[in-house]
Amino acid sequence: MHIMEGFLPVKHAIGWSAVSAPFVAYGLYTINRRIKEQPEQRMLLGVAAAFTFVLSALKLPSVTGSCSHPTGTGLGAILFGPTAMAPIGMVVLLFQAVLLAHGGITTLGANIFSMAIAGPFAAAAIFRIARSIRVPFGFSVFIAASLADLLTYLTTSAQLAFAFPDPSGGFTASFVKFATLFAITQIPLAISEGLLTVVVMNALTRFNSKELKEMKIISIQGAKA
Amino acid sequence: MKRYQNIWMILAVILLSALPLWIVKKPVPCMNGREAEIFTGADDKAKEIVGSISPGYKPWFRSVMEPPSGEIGSLLFALQAAAGAGFLGYWYGCSKTRAKQDKAIRKEIRC
Repeated sequence: MHIMEGFLPVKHAIGWSAVSAPFVAYGLYTINRRIKEQPEQRMLLGVAAAFTFVLSALKLPSVTGSCSHPTGTGLGAILFGPTAMAPIGMVVLLFQAVLLAHGGITTLGANIFSMAIAGPFAAAAIFRIARSIRVPFGFSVFIAASLADLLTYLTTSAQLAFAFPDPSGGFTASFVKFATLFAITQIPLAISEGLLTVVVMNALTRFNSKELKEMKIISIQGAKA
Repeated sequence: MKRYQNIWMILAVILLSALPLWIVKKPVPCMNGREAEIFTGADDKAKEIVGSISPGYKPWFRSVMEPPSGEIGSLLFALQAAAGAGFLGYWYGCSKTRAKQDKAIRKEIRC
């Protein structure tokens, strides 16, 4: 989902940066406030950030013959809400853009938007909806994380299609081209991300059930998936 | 039961990532004799699509720093994964020990 350095026209690069900046700022504010109020949640925040670090570093092969990587943002979005993931995602993307020439500084805003804003918001919303219609806990986590992963890549496809509409077919034709590359490659990886998120969430419910209850992630009575 | 569930899920993830290596066959070398590559990054393929849609587009900014070789690149990716995995391991170890100690203390009180 990394749009490569320089591969967005100047206007788009500036536009996406302007869109993402307030999310990052607000995310920093919410994280700070939460850590001040509940210092015991620091460890969980670390887990969420570490999970994103690991998953976004793993480039996995897919059935399409391309490699891509999961995002790992679903876990944190479910735990801390979507805005908390914006600054965490930015740290990862900045590291990769500056040191690895993977992604870029000019495309940082657009990449933050797809990985650290659109994905997390989808994850948090899907998790809420699934829980409210009594989908089992584990399965709610799974679909929230995998669909968020997929949506991140669809967002990237839309961003690229928006910047590079097809000369004859316009935005739609271009979007189809990018989405067939990104989204189809991503399907098995999204499933993997969903499964890994449930693995970590299972460990969290086992060891940190007190914090999860405080955060209203699991209900007081029955925490079992 | 829960513990087995995790093991099954991890196995499924390994299968999902390993299967494409068998399924996807290396295409025959192109006409010019250059070996076709598979499992390249989707991000790089997106660059090619951009090139095919608007052939005139020139990237207007270059990466500030590029890993001098593929090896250095994988070193940095490995560092990123290691930092994350290290913390996850630390948390897991701490939590498991704490759970064990809590259990032992509760047992002592009961005796």
